Formats: sequence, structure tokens, C-alpha cells
Amino acid sequence: MSAARTPPRVPDEDAVRDILRGVPDPEIPTVSIVDLGMVERIEVGPDRIEVELLPTFVGCPAQDLIRSTVIDALTPLGRPAVVGFSFRRPWTSDRITELGRERLTASGFAPPAEPAAVRCPYCQSGRVAMDSAFGSTQCRSLFYCRDCRQPFEAFKRV
Amino acid sequence: MTASLAALDARTRTALAGLLLSMADDEFVIGFSDSEWTGIAPILEEDVAMSSIAQDELGHARAFYELLAALLDDGRDADALAYDREPEAYRHARLLDHGRGDWAMTIARRFLYDTADAARLASIGDGWPPLAELVAKIRREERYHVMHALAWAHRLARAGGEARERFVAALEALVPDAPSVLAAPEGEAALIEAGILSRSMAEAFAGWWTEVAGTLGPLGISLALEPPPDPARARAVPSDDFRWLWGEFTSVRRSDPRATW
Repeated sequence: MSAARTPPRVPDEDAVRDILRGVPDPEIPTVSIVDLGMVERIEVGPDRIEVELLPTFVGCPAQDLIRSTVIDALTPLGRPAVVGFSFRRPWTSDRITELGRERLTASGFAPPAEPAAVRCPYCQSGRVAMDSAFGSTQCRSLFYCRDCRQPFEAFKRV
Repeated sequence: MTASLAALDARTRTALAGLLLSMADDEFVIGFSDSEWTGIAPILEEDVAMSSIAQDELGHARAFYELLAALLDDGRDADALAYDREPEAYRHARLLDHGRGDWAMTIARRFLYDTADAARLASIGDGWPPLAELVAKIRREERYHVMHALAWAHRLARAGGEARERFVAALEALVPDAPSVLAAPEGEAALIEAGILSRSMAEAFAGWWTEVAGTLGPLGISLALEPPPDPARARAVPSDDFRWLWGEFTSVRRSDPRATW
């Protein structure tokens, strides 16, 4: 009766980061906030866990949702999480990880690149044209592929 | 942020509060005003673009109001600062006191504002890190706004006919008020001394005008420029257009001030 009980794991930075790898971008659920390079700092203290995130865009309306999702996700670690956004350094599209870029492409979004280097996420053609620098969210631009004739969105390079 | 605030003397804090309020109000007013194009812009791509730009501006306004709320520390949050003032208490530039008008007017206003705002953002020094860090991020986003405004300025000017006529008429109507964006803030000397401003607004103004003239000259458009008005005239006395806009953007808040969403 008593033998099977494992002691509670002592949370460390890696444990927190592993959990954050499971917190998705609310609009592209295949990509996590770690993939996007939004996690700037994790500090595990004796009585709380601090997480500092960098917003991809200043006015990104998903910030409150991401904050509450992170707090909920960290609950199993057994100490309160303090999650804040900061501009300590600007988030840039270069912070998106290689895995993040692959996952964006798999979801039909071209990862950030100079407009001339953007490739179609469906057929990989480079014969694409930017229709508009502004897309359906602050972080995306509208493109059109001249080969497979598919409109698509690319992450803005910022 | 508390530590970095404690380092500022009273005179600098007052001047900084004025600067933050004017930058926040500018972004808030043009953002809200341009959001009126959502659903009715001339083409679908522009509907999306103008809505996205407006969303950026409202986000920038919120971030500036949050810094101001921390500085003032008087119990008001960003929403209270944005929505709970009478029209006379807003400090947006006179350029933004004009209604959005037709598409030519909107583009002319965006062109003058985005280029002037870029000059202002480039004048923010690293004297107060929370503002310097925010501005570093905002400048990366505003770059797209300037590209958008320049592309449309060229398009309308080169189109000839009614498009060009309306665009030039809009520029002529707005240009007397355009320098208001770069009027020296009250307490400018203290801000420069503290490194919060890296240069005077007079210097920013000169660079901005050279850029505007350099863009419009090759398009065959020349505008007469007036120097920036003094701060008291640059940001005061709301127009009827602004009073109408104020009624719109405060209507939801006034219907239930305690609501959250």
C-alpha cells in the first residue's frame, strides 16, 4: 500500500521548459511557445516559479491567454507560477527554433525570411509573390505561389 | 521598473509622463480612427492591412499607457488612462484631430504621421530602460507601417487623375498640422539631460522634413511647411471630429465601467 508512492519531483528549469514545450501558440497549435522563442527566462525559486516571456508583437492579443495557459500548465509542479511579458530584449523572428520553422511549414505557413527568400510551404517553389505585408494576424504576411497557385501566409520577418 | 523610476528626479518624471501620454494618445487615436476602415476599405487586402496596422497601434498605445500607469502610480490602469478622460484631457497631436476622411485623406495622414513618428521613436535614448526597450521593439513593427504608407503615397501620386488630385489636396489640408507630432514636449531639456531623449525634437523635425520633401519632390508635389507649434498649441483643443471619435471609443466603457473582457 505504501511502496508505490513516488516522492514529488523537485522541479527544475528543465522540468519547466519541458512543460512549456507543450504550451501551444493559440492560433497555430502545432507550434509551442518554446518553438517560437518566446521563453526568455525561467527561474525556479523555493516558493514560486518565474517565467518571463517575450511577446512576438507588442499588441498581440493572445498574451493574456498564453499567460493563463502557462500558469495552468505549471500547476502540477506544486508551486505558484508568476508569468510576465517583458520587452527586456525585442523578440525577433530569428528566435524561432529550427523545429519551430519545420512545424510552421508543416502547418502551411512559410517561416520568416526576406521576401525574396520565402518559399511556398506546399510545393517549396520559390516562385512566390507577396500580395500584402499584412495578413490575418499581426505576425503574418500574404503571399501567392505562382507554381501551385495557392495563396499562403508567411511569418513576418521582424 | 520601480528601481529605474526611483532614479528619476521629480522634474524629469513630470516631463516623462507628458511624453508618454502624448505618444500613447497619438497611437491610440490614429489606431482607433483607422480601425474604422475594417470592413469598408477600398480592396480586401487593404481592409486586412489597415485593420492590422490599427491593431498594432492600439497595442503600442496600451504598452505606453502601462508605462505611464506605473510612473503615475495613482491607481489608474491602462484602460482607465485610455478611456476615462474627458475629450479636453487627450494630448494627441493636432494632425490626428482630423477625421479619417476618404482613403486619400487616410493615406496622407498615415504618410505624414508614420514618417514623423519614426523620427520621434528614433529620438528616444536609453535613459529610462523600460521605454527604451519598448521603443526598440515598436520600431521593428513600425517599419512595416512606413513601407505601407510610402507604397500608397507613390501609388496615389502616380495614378494621376482624381486619385492624385485627392491625395495632393489631402496633403495640403493636413500639412499645416503635421509638425505637431514633433513639437517639443514640455520639459524637453530635462528629458535630454536624463538621456530619455537622445536629441531635441527640433533636430528630429529637420530630419523628418528632409525625408518628406525627398519623397514628395520626385512625385512632383511640393508643400509649404510651417515650424512645429509650441506644445500648448500642438496638443490641445479637441476638434468636433475628435469629440465624435471620443464618443465612439468610450461608448462601451461608459455603458458599464466595471465590466471586464
